Amino acid sequence: MCKNCSKSDLALLDPVLEEFAGDNHALVAILQRAQEIYGHLPCDVIYRIAEKRGLSPAKVMGVATFYSQFRLKPVGKNLILLCKGTACHVNGADSIAKALKDELGISDGETTADGLFTLNEVACLGCCSLSPVMMINETTYGSLTPEKAKEIVRSIKAEGERQ
Amino acid sequence: MRVVVGEGSCGIAAGALAVHRALEENGCEVGITGCIGMCYLEPIVDLYGDDGALAARLVKVGEADAPRIAQAAKSGDVTGLGDLLITGEDRSFLEKQTRIALRNCGIIDPESIESYRSAGGYEAISKILREGMTGEDVIGEIRTSGLAGRGGAGFPTWFKWNAARNSKGGEKFLVCNADEGDPGAFMDRAVIESDPHSLIEGMLIAAYAIGAEKAFVYVRAEYPLAIVRLEKAIAQAEKANLLGADILGSGFSCSLRIKAGAGAFVCGEETALIESLEGNRGMPRLKPPFPAEKGFDGKPSNINNVETFANVAWIIRNGGAAFAAMGTETSKGTKVFALTGKIRRGGLVEIPMGLTLRDVIFDIGGGIRDGKKFKAVQMGGPSGGCIPESLLDTLIDYKALGATGAIMGSGGMVVMDESTCMVNMARFFLDFTAKESCGKCVHCRIGTKRLHETLVRITEGKGREGDVELLEELCRGIKDGALCGLGQTAPNPVLTTIRYFRDEYDAHIRAKRCPAGECAALRTYSIDSGKCVGCTACAKKCPAGAIAGDLKKPHVIDESKCVKCGECVKACRFGAVSVK
Ligand SMILES: Cc1cc2nc3c(=O)[nH]c(=O)nc-3n(C[C@H](O)[C@H](O)[C@H](O)COP(=O)(O)O)c2cc1C
Ligand code: FES
Repeated sequence: MCKNCSKSDLALLDPVLEEFAGDNHALVAILQRAQEIYGHLPCDVIYRIAEKRGLSPAKVMGVATFYSQFRLKPVGKNLILLCKGTACHVNGADSIAKALKDELGISDGETTADGLFTLNEVACLGCCSLSPVMMINETTYGSLTPEKAKEIVRSIKAEGERQ
Repeated sequence: MRVVVGEGSCGIAAGALAVHRALEENGCEVGITGCIGMCYLEPIVDLYGDDGALAARLVKVGEADAPRIAQAAKSGDVTGLGDLLITGEDRSFLEKQTRIALRNCGIIDPESIESYRSAGGYEAISKILREGMTGEDVIGEIRTSGLAGRGGAGFPTWFKWNAARNSKGGEKFLVCNADEGDPGAFMDRAVIESDPHSLIEGMLIAAYAIGAEKAFVYVRAEYPLAIVRLEKAIAQAEKANLLGADILGSGFSCSLRIKAGAGAFVCGEETALIESLEGNRGMPRLKPPFPAEKGFDGKPSNINNVETFANVAWIIRNGGAAFAAMGTETSKGTKVFALTGKIRRGGLVEIPMGLTLRDVIFDIGGGIRDGKKFKAVQMGGPSGGCIPESLLDTLIDYKALGATGAIMGSGGMVVMDESTCMVNMARFFLDFTAKESCGKCVHCRIGTKRLHETLVRITEGKGREGDVELLEELCRGIKDGALCGLGQTAPNPVLTTIRYFRDEYDAHIRAKRCPAGECAALRTYSIDSGKCVGCTACAKKCPAGAIAGDLKKPHVIDESKCVKCGECVKACRFGAVSVK
């Protein structure tokens, strides 16, 4: 097992594994639930799932790395999904991406050193008519300008510091 | 008056929840509805009179408007809301449409089965079960309607149902494809968020017709609200004995479950979707065998798109002939489009087949924003193409659109103006398909990568003579060699932009110029010595040290050092830096 991983509380996984025990099509669903529990998919969790499902860890890892939703590393407190879909592209998503990268000092897929923000570029959040769009946690922000995007991030940061 | 707030994802993103709260704080009882499709006017509040008819539609409502709306709702007098009332021009956005798949969207409460029922919901499945229509009868009606798959390929729905019905192999499955991966499209999201029961009813009818007792909806992970509303609707339908065992005492049973996708465009392809449903990496399978023979769990399965299902109950209630009466020889009924991009009135548009692109973009959508000129419309997303102005009179028809090199697609319609670079647009799509290629077949995995690299080179001003021919050759190879629809159609954005905008490719390659001014690397920056006062603001900002000049003397940009970041333009308070 990889030595960079801290130990996860694997007992939390038992009810999920039990729930899907009779369903041999459930690997994606189990990984989704595991990610809800742990925030990402630590490798001891991957090994545990493999062992309990009678699969090789490589098979589980293969599925985990295929889908963009799954993360092998922890994410920041606030997950920014920045839309790079067609409508957003046409309406200037690149300039929003640049503004966020300037403001946060991170690129696509990275997390800020203070652990506050992770930036993920995605293709289409389905709010194309308000493009350019980003989603932070479950809230969608539309009709962005570079300035507006920076301000949103700053205000979340300020709120985090106040707490 | 009854107060109803439009709470689809777009409405919520525009601030509908805050408006909802503010109205409640002002003593209103607030109802909700889904997406009316006029996204450019969100948040929208509807006031219904005591007769049940829409009395006033208020648009771009803010929290601050809540007190006077509450007042008007109480008194029934809307004269004080004149500034919020929708204009006649905006009303025409809806009046010019014919809504079948979207019939209830923005009208009923998506979280209430009674609301769906009061609009005639579940009458179609009740009729089928009550009158003892057989599966063949249902399929016959769908055949008469001419309904074709709305997921992109436009395959006749009755044919697929028939194949699945006739397929031997015991247990059968029905799957709804709600992966909606085409970036720039949100028709399916709107249907599920706004009218989930119509999807359930359509699926019930299909399940009955093919003889499936288990059904799944595969929804993409990016649509949390759609999942929540569908979950509620399923629970309500189960309680009303419209899902589960022995539905309405007919002996027909069908269960419905949601499977959330995990983020992969290729999983919209039906065989990849099946792999994903089975918990595997979502890589497509070779066809045949088709899903109708061997699908989920190796059993006969039928897969349809959300919009396809959303039409079904209407067809059963009104008859296939009524549906077929709309449209053209080869394309029947209506089609929903998500109109976005540089359009004045963006949103959801459902129109009968056979209108022209111009009707949709200019008549309904109001044409281009900000007084700019139309350049192209992109249809069909990463599998489709860009259609130029000269072809705006093309009919909305599977065949006619196919002849342009684009496709009808699932309904994404992204409108572009003169500031959009078509080479960069092709690069954008190939960036997408290269990242989303699952890697199973070489043509797609490597071919899209090479296409992307070449397009990047051209947009960076490093294009070479012969690049266009190289692109064309690659496109042919990928189309012929790729395993699934993703690869086979990935070249379309490149081929159509070459076909209609060859001059832009040539300008990038030969003159190292981007006519739309979008490609940063091809821009040149210069300082107008007449306007420059020598404040040094730009020189201080320039990250490359490319700007020189003495204090209070005009500055100059050294082109060889310039990294084209545009910081100087932003820094200059005198408008002295120009971009070409
Ligand atoms: C790469 C790729 C992506 C696709 N994505 C979708 C999608 O997001 N939604 C959809 O309904 N169909 C999608 N399709 C089409 C499906 O494979 C399938 O044809 C469709 O779901 C069948 O339903 P229909 O006959 O009702 O259109 C996609 C096809 C390909 C090749
Ligand atoms: S393209 Fe950005 S939300 Fe659809």
